[in-house]
Amino acid sequence: MGRFSGFGITIRQVGKVVTGNYPEEKRPKPARFHGRHVLNRYEDGMEKCIGCELCAGVCPARCIYVRGADNPTDAPVSPGERYGFVYEINYLRCIHCDLCVEACPTEAITETKLFEFSFTNRSDAIYTKSELLVDDTGRARRQPWELWLGGEDDDTSAWMRATAPSGQVAFEGRVGWSGELGFGVRAPEQGQTAPGPLEPAVDPADGAAHHGHGDHGHGSGGHGSGGHGSGGH
Amino acid sequence: MGLEAVPHNFLTGRLEDLVRWARRNSMWPASFGLACCAIEMMAAGAAHYDQARFGMEVFRASPRQADLMVVAGRVSQKMAPVLRQVYDQMVEPKWVISMGVCASSGGMFNNYAIVQGVDQIVPVDIYVPGCPPGPETLLHGILHLHDLVRTGEIMKRRGGPGVGAGVHVDQLDGVPSPVRMIGTTS
Repeated sequence: MGRFSGFGITIRQVGKVVTGNYPEEKRPKPARFHGRHVLNRYEDGMEKCIGCELCAGVCPARCIYVRGADNPTDAPVSPGERYGFVYEINYLRCIHCDLCVEACPTEAITETKLFEFSFTNRSDAIYTKSELLVDDTGRARRQPWELWLGGEDDDTSAWMRATAPSGQVAFEGRVGWSGELGFGVRAPEQGQTAPGPLEPAVDPADGAAHHGHGDHGHGSGGHGSGGHGSGGH
Repeated sequence: MGLEAVPHNFLTGRLEDLVRWARRNSMWPASFGLACCAIEMMAAGAAHYDQARFGMEVFRASPRQADLMVVAGRVSQKMAPVLRQVYDQMVEPKWVISMGVCASSGGMFNNYAIVQGVDQIVPVDIYVPGCPPGPETLLHGILHLHDLVRTGEIMKRRGGPGVGAGVHVDQLDGVPSPVRMIGTTS
């Protein structure tokens, strides 16, 4: 029987259907999947990007092009002094390494779970700021050559490892999800170093870093009442 | 095939639909895996994604039996003439999918050894981004190409401004000029 035992393995596979029905449904993606980027905004509509060009500096494929400009005083675009008035990502260069997300000091750029897109020419592949910026509900703008299914645009927060989540120094060294517009702050998952709600490592004296995580987790639909980032401006 | 001599009427219109349908549903890819993208291309042909659902299960080893070249991986300068020869050996109609960022634009290998975009060598129909693109991304590109085949002209290739790398290099015996890229005016 020894030499035929391999056939037993083959026979046991008969009848199993593993093929996914791709264009109608996708296979579930991992929670920390790196897909196409979005540029996030604060809940009052201000853009998070401050035009510091750190993402462009850290990009190993040199696929990001950022130009910063001074905020107009009468109608500021971002809470800081400057904002990114040109932001382009060439998706025929991007290798989705997530280093731009790690480098961003304001969590302006994060990666969605969308990875099903293809282009017919090179100029479509260069996403400009109007295509990357999320709309008023915090969801990514869907391009006609992208295939969004189901609730893929729900998960846009970034998995922060090296830098401080929520953009505060008190969170430095605490690994967790960044905030996302319209969906609050995601609750940490199993395997993250911060069990339970994400708290700052050291309590700042002003107490402003208490962010009310965990209550409005992902999927509650409410705007994060913890006001992620609302104290930044 | 001599279709251009036939006056266009209802019958030829139906015939064109039939030809498009046949081309779309039996597009055989040539195996041109060059790097890690080829692993994902093989995964797209395996059971979980199964591109046999779209009539393209056979990766032909001979370019003369293939309709679609999936350039999967980085193309080095030394591989470029080989790739062009394989493309020339394929019979019309033929299509090219540039799979992955390395084939599409050189990707992170912005150096002297890698061709900065396979569209400098062969006409590319679909660019599939990703490093590497997953099987679903490749299938998205393939289905995108299927839509183009289903709705496109059957006798002539798509062309026009804006396609290709947009890099213009003058011949060596002509007047030398710098390489101009898309969007520049000089």
